[in-house]
Amino acid sequence: MADRFASLTTRVDLSTELCGVRLQNPTVLASGILGTSKGLLKGVALAGAGAVTIKSLSLEPLPGHNNPIVVGFEAGMLNAVGYANPGIKEGAKEFSNLKEVGVPVIASIIGRGVGDFMKVLEGLWGLDFAAVEVSLSCPHTPGYGMLAGQNTPEATKEIVSVVRKGTELPLLVKLSPNIPEIGRVARAAEEAGADGITAVNTLGPGMLINIEARQPILDFKVGGVSGPALRPIALRCVYDIYKSVKIPILGVGGISTGRHAIEMLMAGASAVGIGTAVYSRGIEVFGKVCQEMEEWMEINGCTSVKELIGAAHAP
Amino acid sequence: MHLEPVMMKIEEVILESNLARSFIFKTCSERSESKSLEYQPGQFIMLWIPRLDEKPFSISYHGKDFFGVTVALKGRFTQRLHEMKVGEWVGIRGPFGTAFNLNVGKACVVGGGVGMASLAVLIERLEDSVVVQGARTASELLYRNRFKDMLLCTEDGSAGTKGVPTDLLEDLYRHYRFDAIYTCGPEAMMVKVSEFAREYNICMQASLERYIKCAVGVCGQCCCNGLRLCVEGPVLDGGTLEKLEDFGRYARRGNGRRVPIGTYLGKKT
Repeated sequence: MADRFASLTTRVDLSTELCGVRLQNPTVLASGILGTSKGLLKGVALAGAGAVTIKSLSLEPLPGHNNPIVVGFEAGMLNAVGYANPGIKEGAKEFSNLKEVGVPVIASIIGRGVGDFMKVLEGLWGLDFAAVEVSLSCPHTPGYGMLAGQNTPEATKEIVSVVRKGTELPLLVKLSPNIPEIGRVARAAEEAGADGITAVNTLGPGMLINIEARQPILDFKVGGVSGPALRPIALRCVYDIYKSVKIPILGVGGISTGRHAIEMLMAGASAVGIGTAVYSRGIEVFGKVCQEMEEWMEINGCTSVKELIGAAHAP
Repeated sequence: MHLEPVMMKIEEVILESNLARSFIFKTCSERSESKSLEYQPGQFIMLWIPRLDEKPFSISYHGKDFFGVTVALKGRFTQRLHEMKVGEWVGIRGPFGTAFNLNVGKACVVGGGVGMASLAVLIERLEDSVVVQGARTASELLYRNRFKDMLLCTEDGSAGTKGVPTDLLEDLYRHYRFDAIYTCGPEAMMVKVSEFAREYNICMQASLERYIKCAVGVCGQCCCNGLRLCVEGPVLDGGTLEKLEDFGRYARRGNGRRVPIGTYLGKKT
């Protein structure tokens, strides 16, 4: 095992960089999955993630939607968690001493408007986050993201230009896949000072109905679509964004294997988010994806992640 | 049966005590998708009442073509469930989580309150066991006819020994020399049981309760430190519990806030 590891590290370099943050490998725990406690983040880091994102924090505590908040189907998952979180004050307690996690930790923050975002950023001061991700794209929480119109180019520019002044950390902006010209939204974020783009949030919202109960299954009735159904859409979004901006992209959506991760890098991502695959392949998915990437890269004579980023754009 | 609830008909309602009712479901009825429930003692299911909520319950009855849950009256959800009658439908998802390890010699089972529900099928499957049940008062005791030689204690002395089950552990151990302890009930009681097991070097397993949402290990709501209670739990062994800072101390409300367990009532905020 030790020998094999040594041989792989000499031949294949999985490390990458995202907005100046060095990652041992390109897999990143996507926001909203497992990021509720420092203990869970540690577990995900041990399972092999190159970086982790916390579950989004808002200014005030949010109770989230009633159960069911998650439902699966043949092509993925639908969720309407509704941003359940204890608020920034409690969140700051939970996420103290983040160095213990062992990999870079990205703070995900949400707000009803720029005032909220600035106060949440203030609450992050003094904590060991490596970057901040501003989500403007949740499809299932009234007052936030898509349901507050934060996903348009205009709103994105307005929010990001203010939020930019609230932190010196690298700033990622998380976008919704629901806009056909996603490149325009990404450009608006870049012009407003974003250091990177996270693409994409869940799609939709969508709905699933239990026909015996004659009721939508999610208590909120609708929820964001993730998993395999989202993958081709996420890829197209990242491909478009790569053409539109110079800042790096964290590609998220339906990635569950090493091949999927490589595909996302080729579309233009510098790192890849993994979320729903924690359900299909367990928490070990991060290590598995890395191993599968290494195997593919070895067979295909590829020595570094850098060679893969944007490879699908070659003429 | 993990990610989408299957609608199942309530076949029978059993009045178990002043506070608790059991709801029995048939796994072979023509409208249910599940042929039989792949279940091991200790696991739980999610029970959905459309347009209300979905909550976790331990399976307390299980056979080839049926299973059931025992539900104590606690809040809005359990109130509605208690009003439901035979022939009404609810959604079932699961089973989920870890199970008790049955591979022991002599066992001692310590149940407190409605915690008895998670232990009931275990008791049926154990070959050699002594069972102690504790409750506040006689009218809250469960399964008195189902497990006839169970030892009882009540806080007010209205049935069995006056006191709590952990008061009896030392005497029981001297008598029965059991190899393992299983427990489910108030967390303060389970902490005492785990301390006893450690002192006497007996292996132990406990079933914990937390606010569970997705039940499939993705939302992080039910975490105890670095564990997801819905996947790595609800049944945890003594070694794991010894290292678990939250055990007996903290639980998370529906919004994820970590609060002292005494103030946690399974509430959202």
